[in-house]
Amino acid sequence: MDFISGRNEDKTEMLRTIGAASIESLLCAIPKSLRSFSIEIPEALSAIDLERETKRIAASNADFDRWACYLGAGVYDHFVHPATESLAHRSEFITAYTPYQGEASQGALQAIYEYQSLICELTAMDCSNASMYDGASALAEAAVLALRGTERKKILLSAAVHPDSRAVLKTYLSFFDAEVVEVPVTGCVTDLGRLESLADEKTAAIIFQQPNFFGAIEEAGLISEAAHRPGALLIASVNPVSLGVLAPPGEYGADIAVGDGQPLGNRVAFGGPHFGFFAVRDSFLRKMPGRIAGMTVDHEGRRAFVLTLQAREQHIRREKATSNICTNHALGALKGAIQLCLLGKEGLKRLSLLNVHKAHQVYRRLLKIKGVFPVGTHPFFNEFVLEIKKDPAALHKKMAAQRIIGPLALGPLDASRRGQYLFAVTEKRTEEELSRLVRSLEDA
Amino acid sequence: MITPLIFENKSFAECTWLPELAEAEELVVSELPKRALRKNPPDLPSPSELDVTRHFTRLSQKNFCVDANFYPLGSCTMKYNPKILDTTALLSGLADIHPLADASQMQGALEILCETQRFLSSITGMDEFTLQPAAGAHGELCGLLMIGAYHRFKGAAKDTVLVPDSAHGTNPASAALCGYQVVQVRTNAKGHVDLEDLKSKLNSRVACLMMTNPNTLGLFEEEILEIASMVHGAGGLVYYDGANLNALLGLCRPGDMGFDVVHVNLHKTFAVPHGSGGPGSGPVGVKRELIPFLPKPRVLKKGSTYFFESDANHSIGKMRSFYGNFSAIVRTYAYIRALGPKGLKRVSEQAILNANYLKAKLKEFFEVPYNGFCMHEFVASAARQKKLGVKALDIAKRLLDFGIHAPTIYFPLIVEEALMIEPTETESKETLDAFVEVMRQIDREIKETPQTVLDAPHTTSVSRIDEVRAARQPNVRFRK
Repeated sequence: MDFISGRNEDKTEMLRTIGAASIESLLCAIPKSLRSFSIEIPEALSAIDLERETKRIAASNADFDRWACYLGAGVYDHFVHPATESLAHRSEFITAYTPYQGEASQGALQAIYEYQSLICELTAMDCSNASMYDGASALAEAAVLALRGTERKKILLSAAVHPDSRAVLKTYLSFFDAEVVEVPVTGCVTDLGRLESLADEKTAAIIFQQPNFFGAIEEAGLISEAAHRPGALLIASVNPVSLGVLAPPGEYGADIAVGDGQPLGNRVAFGGPHFGFFAVRDSFLRKMPGRIAGMTVDHEGRRAFVLTLQAREQHIRREKATSNICTNHALGALKGAIQLCLLGKEGLKRLSLLNVHKAHQVYRRLLKIKGVFPVGTHPFFNEFVLEIKKDPAALHKKMAAQRIIGPLALGPLDASRRGQYLFAVTEKRTEEELSRLVRSLEDA
Repeated sequence: MITPLIFENKSFAECTWLPELAEAEELVVSELPKRALRKNPPDLPSPSELDVTRHFTRLSQKNFCVDANFYPLGSCTMKYNPKILDTTALLSGLADIHPLADASQMQGALEILCETQRFLSSITGMDEFTLQPAAGAHGELCGLLMIGAYHRFKGAAKDTVLVPDSAHGTNPASAALCGYQVVQVRTNAKGHVDLEDLKSKLNSRVACLMMTNPNTLGLFEEEILEIASMVHGAGGLVYYDGANLNALLGLCRPGDMGFDVVHVNLHKTFAVPHGSGGPGSGPVGVKRELIPFLPKPRVLKKGSTYFFESDANHSIGKMRSFYGNFSAIVRTYAYIRALGPKGLKRVSEQAILNANYLKAKLKEFFEVPYNGFCMHEFVASAARQKKLGVKALDIAKRLLDFGIHAPTIYFPLIVEEALMIEPTETESKETLDAFVEVMRQIDREIKETPQTVLDAPHTTSVSRIDEVRAARQPNVRFRK
């Protein structure tokens, strides 16, 4: 199967117009020595065979249609409203380029402007960009902004931030003249005493996550004070679905709010693509990375939208740009915007509370099982850590037999957490699935 | 016609698609400490599903897109992406799966990752690939970090990255993000990297030269083998920006040209649609000596089992969460399986034929500054038209009135009034001929009724946009 135009008689005529004898003669600039090699990929498949082959591969994965997922740790099995996908997947959105030609892209531009506005409402921040790749790279770019914006050289990073985000941040800063200091965790929350003693006038920013990697709700207000006392910035990485009930970054004085937008209308898809969001206080608008859509007028004075403040960006500023980001995750952001509109004011709150309710139900039910113990006494949103004194291999086997995608074992990430497991519970989980989970834990 | 903002829709529909809370709201809220609660609820619009559907459908209708419009946007490879790839990427077994599930339950997903790495290695002539980077610029960052780590490991002090003056803006921006000084290399009269200038700028401080081949003028860098050996001789590496790989599939390979690190834009060459700005995917390939520095985890195969390998002392770390833009990689995998080796070669051959055909036709009324055959794209100049008072920008806007997306304009920076045109292999001769006739008409209008072109577009939902006002009085969000 191929998707290439060109009838043979057209080819002949086109070559004649060009004044070339053959397609081969168009390639005369390529040195002969580069032309002999073979590509080792399988022969072409018909559409029928391709569909059969990809379905075979898909069937060998444990998907959420057939399995109940209690695994989160950064991406969550939330319900994606059918209208979210059907609207975002319209050809007019999917097969358009970045809206540099504003007049031919008013739809995408207005959607981005609305997305930015929705993110500002959600996070209670002043302005948002058009999206980043994911929560992790958004967090790394926030650190870059803080280092450049404050001209300080130390980042205090809570060890309760997602390990992938911490790793990405360190990768981004590996060639920066900056020091990243990790603030330890006590139980499941950031050690506030240590945080306060580490924060000083050299600190560019304190970075924390809410709810944190362990699902725990941090003392955001106190962390914010610890940051602002020595004049450092506060960077909060937040779960957007939690903001229906939890205080948004703007309410506790965050300077930069970032996060992964997956919980808003994006399928998990083995980790991506989703989108990262990036919102700031007004004073950082011109320091933000990435694209920004703005409202203006056309020559007749009618409302129009356009990509704006481009003097920050790589295609104009080249090596002096605020970031190198070009392509972002517009389609994921569009899904986030549509899902937020479908939820509305009430729906978002109810979604948040459904997660809180179901997670706490499961938490209490599991604690009744022999060999299952709590870890800490902190409040949580839709994820929590339990200690399970059972053989991990047996546990895994029993859960698989019940078609349960099990919680994340924390031992492999941190030896001191051997036997601890991170559970996520979304609005999708049912009583029947819970009984399967309970059964597998009891049997293990 | 103006579509009101979704915030301006005052209707209020209750959210009926979520289940009811099984307990009283206060009781559920009481699970959380007061200090952690939100004080002011977000002022989200709350229209009905129909109103949301109508709103976003109407917005979509104000967009040009490949499925409806010819889109000859140079260097962006706006080709048609077959629908079978959409349905494949949305299969539940590929879209509703968790990245942290046990690898034994995810062998299909790992097979796609591992095989795609292998396919891309073979297509580009590299030894190993990472699929983590989320976009081209992210791939550049990843590649440059690996190059930096490699030099550090060798104990070599490097602080400079060379880029041709025709390079994409992301090249210098990525280099700067890694702390490198950026030095430009001139393009010569033939449109190629100027070897004398390159020689004068090469020294032991140069970490790498970043290049696009074919370059942004659409010309193959004939002296690439010599360029690579010059840079290697000075202790530097050569980086391949894969933005223009659509010209080379099955015809020649960056790895054989001497490139040490290669990034590939799946959203250009390998059938990932652009999504109004993303997501893309920017896998990076390396030669053997750079494998230890690849991001982790890597996806490997032992016997018939696929697994993640995180044990890598020299790795630059992670570029993003999890393993990359998986759905984009699924599309690429399926695209390559559909085309096979012969199909891939036909992609590039047809892309080159289409570009040369358009170039030959447009030469009649537009200046084309560099002679000889082009590869998959070429740069024309509206310098002649500018003398009559009409610029490349005006021509671009006028094209919109004919339902054709504008070419890339004013890039590369080294061509006056540049119009960079890339037709791609998926367009038919009929479409190309129709485009030529439209360009002929616009050229005639420039001579006879220039105001028609200067005032364009006339048929889009808005006329020319006041960009200056947008930047001077930024309004980047709705406020009541």
